[in-house]
Amino acid sequence: MYRTFMSDLPETEYILKCTSACAGCSTSLILRHVLSAAGPDTVLVVPACCTSVIQGIYPNTAFRVPVYNVAFAAAAAVASGMSAAFEAMGKKTNVIAYAGDGGTVDIGIQALSGALERGTNFLYICYDNEAYGNTGMQRSGSTPLGAKTTTTPGGKMDAKKDLDRIVAAHNIPYMATACSAYPKDLIKKVKKALAIKGPTFLHILAPCPPGWRYPTEKTIEIGKLAVKTGVWALYEREYDTVTISGPTKAAIAKPVPIEDYIGAQGRFKGISPDTVKAIRLDAERNIRRLTREAEGSC
Amino acid sequence: MLKISTGNNAVAAAVRQARPAVIAAYPITPQTEIVEQLANFVTEGSLDAKYIPVESEHSAMAACIGASITGIRTFTATSSHGLLYMNEMVNWAAGARLPIVMANVNRALGPGWNVWAEHTDSLQARDTGWLQVYVSTVQEAYDAILMAFRIAEDKRVYLPVMVNLDGFTLSHITQQLFESDVGDFIPPLHLDHRITPDEPKGYGCMTAAHDYFRIRYDIERSMRDSYAVIEETEAAFAEKFGRTYGYTDEYRCDDADVLVISLGTLGKEAEVAIDLLREEGIKAGSMRIRWFRPFPVLDIRDRDLVIIDRDYSFGCGGILADTIKAKTKKDCFSVIAGIGGQEVTYHDIAGFVRNRRIGEELWFGVDA
Repeated sequence: MYRTFMSDLPETEYILKCTSACAGCSTSLILRHVLSAAGPDTVLVVPACCTSVIQGIYPNTAFRVPVYNVAFAAAAAVASGMSAAFEAMGKKTNVIAYAGDGGTVDIGIQALSGALERGTNFLYICYDNEAYGNTGMQRSGSTPLGAKTTTTPGGKMDAKKDLDRIVAAHNIPYMATACSAYPKDLIKKVKKALAIKGPTFLHILAPCPPGWRYPTEKTIEIGKLAVKTGVWALYEREYDTVTISGPTKAAIAKPVPIEDYIGAQGRFKGISPDTVKAIRLDAERNIRRLTREAEGSC
Repeated sequence: MLKISTGNNAVAAAVRQARPAVIAAYPITPQTEIVEQLANFVTEGSLDAKYIPVESEHSAMAACIGASITGIRTFTATSSHGLLYMNEMVNWAAGARLPIVMANVNRALGPGWNVWAEHTDSLQARDTGWLQVYVSTVQEAYDAILMAFRIAEDKRVYLPVMVNLDGFTLSHITQQLFESDVGDFIPPLHLDHRITPDEPKGYGCMTAAHDYFRIRYDIERSMRDSYAVIEETEAAFAEKFGRTYGYTDEYRCDDADVLVISLGTLGKEAEVAIDLLREEGIKAGSMRIRWFRPFPVLDIRDRDLVIIDRDYSFGCGGILADTIKAKTKKDCFSVIAGIGGQEVTYHDIAGFVRNRRIGEELWFGVDA
């Protein structure tokens, strides 16, 4: 049984209790854990996304590390320049790009690809709430099949873009997936990523109550269901070596029916059995592929 | 040291003298030589800088922004479509008050593909908050780059500077170049608002109208303050290196009855036309505008104006002509010439003066 105790988590807080986040927002929870793992010698580079709003309105900020807000497509490139500048100065400051799925899989993917290819020394985190949350939940490339958004009112007809395999194709030293519902796993991965020189990448599932249409108090439960059903697989990849993380190992041994995850969210209301089956088959394929890679058999 | 150099190589040589810590660059004709030469300098070790070979111009300016906010010196170069592609970040750089210096090699915009000189690319960026200077010789390109760093980094300005040189007619032509040891002409950069974990702050946060309005006004105040900084810098440059520049480069204007006003290399061609016209008894002078932002106060008095635009704002007019008409409340003969690299000789320019029709517009070589 994989459990987290509050006593396991770092005590220092870098996000003050005055953010503009929605109730039940897992994005701010993720950032809280990221910053407690990264520590104070950190600069965040944030493109247009929910975090642009969450930090508060000028002249106030709820964050206790410097935040450089930048244009939507620019996070990875700005972080490239900042990382080079800190290197030129001989500083070891962590440069963390913290971007949503729209700013990563869609408009920002070119800059991300360039920064990864150039071996930029930074950590890029995509927190994925599977839609353009800041503008009121329009479809992104990261929206899953069948999910209703304001621009897919009948449910998305296309599958979620496989960001992780795109990133993996850049052969970077470390990448991992995580989920807001598993803070211990998340913190461990942030620390590991920051200890490695070169481009590192985390893709973190960020359940979103208003966007996914579930009650705010269920944010952790939904995140756990995503992992337990296998819809969201937790793993690490160091070049070609894949390690499946504890919660996903448990899910592989004893999976929870995918309907439990889909049925708990209003965005999947009215979804057809065929679409549910397609989501299940896709999740199973993903787990099979990861398992083969983890076993070194592909 | 006296050398022979192209405009592009003069820019690269000046950048090496200025010693930026980070250069982010993407190639585009006719600018490519600049970033190739800088890559050579970094590789051979004559320039101690991080060279980031980005995947697009948008990322070039984004990387310069990310580097510059840490308080170090940055440079990039672009042209035409590259400038347009990075336009979002060009605006961002000025709004973020970053003293980035960029060389823009002026080139026409597609379609169709045309790599030759035109000013519409940089003039589209006139409202971004960048200072803009237009140069006409290899030496002036070199000198303008050196001064650009000092002006941009002055805390009364803290705005980016774009040095514009004409594609091919300056970027690729060869002239003499005095390369100087810059010494302490460009003081070390001290960016008051640099980002540092020692002092956590939010940069570019959500900003409500009242504060946003004030911050935008602050850009304009710095633009106005930049007049004095430009004058001081050009005076200091003249004292140290013996070469004098101003907001305009005026040739035989003092007693002129008619002024030819232009940007870039056309202004040098105009000087030959002026000599020709003077021999004919026409008292003409050439006023080449160097600084387009901030826009200078022009000494035009009651003289006839022949304004040559190598650019156009469709549905309105030549951008230089419109600016001068708006600033001086005086009409002119507006000549649209040299677009897309069209050849414009001093004979042509002399013809514009002889046949001037104040209040009218001529598309040279196209109008019947």
